Amino acid sequence: MVDPIVAARGIHKHFGHLHVLKGVDLEVAERELVFVIGPSGSGKSTLLRCLNRLEEPSAGSVVVDGIDMLDPRTDINHARQRIGMVFQSFNLYPHMTALGNVTLALRKVVGKSRAEADALGMAALERVGLADRAGHTPGQLSGGQQQRVAIARAIALEPRVMLFDEPTSALDPELVGSVLEVMRDLRQSGMTMIVVSHEMGFARNAADRVVFMDHGLIVEQGPPAAIFESPTQERTRAFIGQIQRH
Amino acid sequence: MSTWDRFVETFFNAKVMLKYYPDILSGVVVTIELAVLIIVSGLLAGLALALLRALGIRPLNWLIIFVVDLFRSLPPLVIIVLIYFGLPAADISPSGFVSTWLSLAFVLMAFSEEIFWAGITSIPRGQWEASRSTGLSFGQTLINVILPQAFRLTIPPLTNRTIAITKGTALGTVVAVSEILGQASSAMSNSYNPSPLMMGAAAYVVLFLPVVVAARWIETRFAWKR
Ligand SMILES: Nc1ncnc2c1ncn2[C@@H]1O[C@H](COP(=O)(O)OP(=O)(O)O)[C@@H](O)[C@H]1O
Ligand SMILES: [Mg+2]
Repeated sequence: MVDPIVAARGIHKHFGHLHVLKGVDLEVAERELVFVIGPSGSGKSTLLRCLNRLEEPSAGSVVVDGIDMLDPRTDINHARQRIGMVFQSFNLYPHMTALGNVTLALRKVVGKSRAEADALGMAALERVGLADRAGHTPGQLSGGQQQRVAIARAIALEPRVMLFDEPTSALDPELVGSVLEVMRDLRQSGMTMIVVSHEMGFARNAADRVVFMDHGLIVEQGPPAAIFESPTQERTRAFIGQIQRH
Repeated sequence: MSTWDRFVETFFNAKVMLKYYPDILSGVVVTIELAVLIIVSGLLAGLALALLRALGIRPLNWLIIFVVDLFRSLPPLVIIVLIYFGLPAADISPSGFVSTWLSLAFVLMAFSEEIFWAGITSIPRGQWEASRSTGLSFGQTLINVILPQAFRLTIPPLTNRTIAITKGTALGTVVAVSEILGQASSAMSNSYNPSPLMMGAAAYVVLFLPVVVAARWIETRFAWKR
């Protein structure tokens, strides 16, 4: 791969005696959308969290946009601006408005004035279709709207890479579509994305590559059609069969 | 003289009350001074300890927990007596006022540290992660994301605990602080009449009832809405 924007090599992660990641290599090219699937507990979230160092890998290297994320000399707070993250449980700040959520890091980390931050924040809310909800607090928004605000909070910092950890798993089925639509727009704008999700329909028509993880290892990867229709590994086949039955 | 007259003569004796009400008033002033000092220093110290504890430095946290548990388990009167009668042995002789202030401030520090800490730890981990993932530092996250949410949760228990401990200023009489109870009981022994005590009790009600009512209001006002 020519100059991957994300290069994780030989990632191991232990939680006490639990060996959760057992040497994962993942390279992602610029503008690529990589889909990560796998059974619960296989280490998908942990892998994502190692990429922006919310979790400290026990071994391995992570380079994002040319920055060595694990180098102690790296200013991690600065580096994290380039990697947006969206969580299953939204994690919006409940004591702030939607706009307040989106502008906090712009003001505190990037150092924008309140006026500049508000302008950028409104633009980000506009992109997720929620400019008219800028003054609402998370409690006044639906789950789908909250997740879109969370996406706006991440993209307002103009990251080079976006990580999504099961962004639609906590949503009522009728609200999933609005979040996927925002993700599709983001994809069209050329954003590099790593998405942990079981939204197979979205994977089929948006993903460049699907990665199947099990027990802390990448078992198999390839284009969506190949992974979904003709997986080579028995474990992959079993898993795909399982989620398609649901 | 009827029974009623004798009752009034004894507990609400106008002459005695007139003579001693300036003493009670000066007691009120001392009680207010003590209360303000205790509340300000106790809450600040409690918050400082909770923030130190949030840093997650193991040995430091053990020390904080030990100090906090110590002051939560000792009766406040014992602490006052220890400081007032014990410290002079170490060539420090704090006044009764200072002994009472320090003792109750330590107790409030200990209880408020626990309350602040409970508030901080009750904020879901996802709040930390969301904030840190956008590049905010530990301190920025604490100040902008965690504490504003934690404070809301801590206000009701903190108000109640603060009132309970502040009422302990009456313990100062034991080490000769002339706060309300001290003034009232010395006036009582000088006048051979319990009327000053009734004035003292009234003074406590006048001081604390509004605070208790305000606490009740705060409790409903700050009930957490998501
Ligand atoms: N902070 C943690 N401490 C201990 N164990 C953890 C922690 N985070 C995750 N794990 C464990 O690591 C394994 C992988 O978890 P995770 O990465 O969340 O899997 P997935 O996202 O694929 O469901 C699970 O067994 C989980 O219990
Ligand atoms: Mg997960």
